Amino acid sequence: MNATALLSMLLAAPSSGNQGFDLGRMMAIIIAAIFVNNFVLSRFLGICPFIGVSRQLDSAVGMGAAVIFVMTLATIGSWSVYNLLLVPMNLGYLKTIAFILIIASLVQFVEMILQKFSPSLYRALGIFLPLITTNCAILGVAVLNIDEKYSLGYSLVHAIAAGIGFTLALILMAGLRQRLELANVPPALRGKPMAFLIAGIMSIAFLGFAGLGG
Amino acid sequence: MNAGLILLKVLVSQDSLGDAIVNPVIVLGAMGLFLGLGLAFAAYKLAVPKDPLVEKISALLPGVNCGGCGYAGCNQFAEAVAKGIAPPGGCVAASDSINAKIAEAVGVELSDSVKLAALVHCNGGHSARDEFEYHGPPDCVSATLIMDGQKTCSYGCLGFGDCVEVCLFDAIVIGENGIPIVDRNACTGCGKCVEICPKNIIELWPVDREVVVACASLDKGAFARKACTMACIGCRKCVKVCPVEAITVEDFLARIDPDKCINCGLCAVECPTGAILDTAPARPKAYIDGSCIGCTLCTKACPVDAIHGELKEKHEVDSEKCVGCGLCVSKCPKNSIRMIGAKSYQHGQEFRV
Repeated sequence: MNATALLSMLLAAPSSGNQGFDLGRMMAIIIAAIFVNNFVLSRFLGICPFIGVSRQLDSAVGMGAAVIFVMTLATIGSWSVYNLLLVPMNLGYLKTIAFILIIASLVQFVEMILQKFSPSLYRALGIFLPLITTNCAILGVAVLNIDEKYSLGYSLVHAIAAGIGFTLALILMAGLRQRLELANVPPALRGKPMAFLIAGIMSIAFLGFAGLGG
Repeated sequence: MNAGLILLKVLVSQDSLGDAIVNPVIVLGAMGLFLGLGLAFAAYKLAVPKDPLVEKISALLPGVNCGGCGYAGCNQFAEAVAKGIAPPGGCVAASDSINAKIAEAVGVELSDSVKLAALVHCNGGHSARDEFEYHGPPDCVSATLIMDGQKTCSYGCLGFGDCVEVCLFDAIVIGENGIPIVDRNACTGCGKCVEICPKNIIELWPVDREVVVACASLDKGAFARKACTMACIGCRKCVKVCPVEAITVEDFLARIDPDKCINCGLCAVECPTGAILDTAPARPKAYIDGSCIGCTLCTKACPVDAIHGELKEKHEVDSEKCVGCGLCVSKCPKNSIRMIGAKSYQHGQEFRV
């Protein structure tokens, strides 16, 4: 396989040539991933960090950035392995276990690289990276890319948009919870119960985006 | 036929079912092997060398990341100690023996330093009048946002216990009079409460200075007195009585200089409002032994006229009157006076006069 063929394969859709790279579809993917099918609030993926790391705005932003980062890398890894290794060998059904393997080692690897070459970024993202290793949102984005038959370009767009959607949900939640600290919440609902109630109401609010774009 | 036999047959025969098992095993196994080796290689290549000294110090530290040392966490402190930037005894949460171990690990002598503990400069509580009824969120920071809090005195403690919440060591409780009480043994002097207090009335104070000003009001005497019965009114009685000039009054508030204070407690006796507290658990009493020559120097030194006796005869201490200030001890030319009674005082405590 020469370089040109590989490149055209990466940019075109894996299964057919009917998906060009058009801006309208890209916007639809972005809007859909951020709002309509928000990973946290309508797909219910990544609830654990959504509840766990949403107490402070700073850490919410840090977690969000780390998720966007890892989602993008995981997409590159998982898409390549699926389309260049698993599909040619007729092993598409192994994608879940293969993706888990890839994501887990990728996060470890990224953590090492950060620690070595960018201690400041490591200090900012470092505590969140192990949390992300087994995060279902990352696996979700990898599997969805395959299910939707996105090309690598679309997959990357989808991954970044999904990460932004996750960050948005996390930041909104953190802002609400910081305000909640000052509110007079009944003792029985303090902490997690109230967070779940709010998550539910936010989810209903995000349902309003249904039908927009994709 | 058992399962093992089936598997063996399938593996041996090169039909499509064999491929369906062998291929995934090979692919996944190869992926796992490749990624595992890659990670192992990366871990070897990208290893960040850690100073064994840092790890040794980290292991000794309490690991609660209280920040009392001035660094972000225990690890950062350990790094600073290893580099020689921070003093090995800088951890306020560790006991003396642990600090000594850290110093030993670094190879430095531990310098003598007196432990600091939180001190609340207010004793108002329920004695301080409320200006209005406050119904907001029950914490000091929120209460301060509304007209500087519900107390008439705008300097004093609001008593919602933000300091209690923030204390990592359970060293602070709100006492019966609505004022935080610091357990000076449990307190590590990390300074979290100092930071959170919106009234800025908590200070880190050497634990061995037991006479303290429990007021922060800068109001004029009359105002301060109206707002709180325990307020310092700036009358300067303490300044006059202090034998070592450790007290100054500025802006109608007495301040004790902990470096000069000798714990005599006379100011606490003199204070008309109770703004100066003597927190010593028990006061010793002066005792004059048989070697007294009756020079009367101690009689003149005693601020509360507790010593009496004729010239050239053995003097006696009226233990009812004696406040245990220890001023007479240093005045006696024959070293006949000792402070007895309170063990905590005799134990290694010298009066620095």
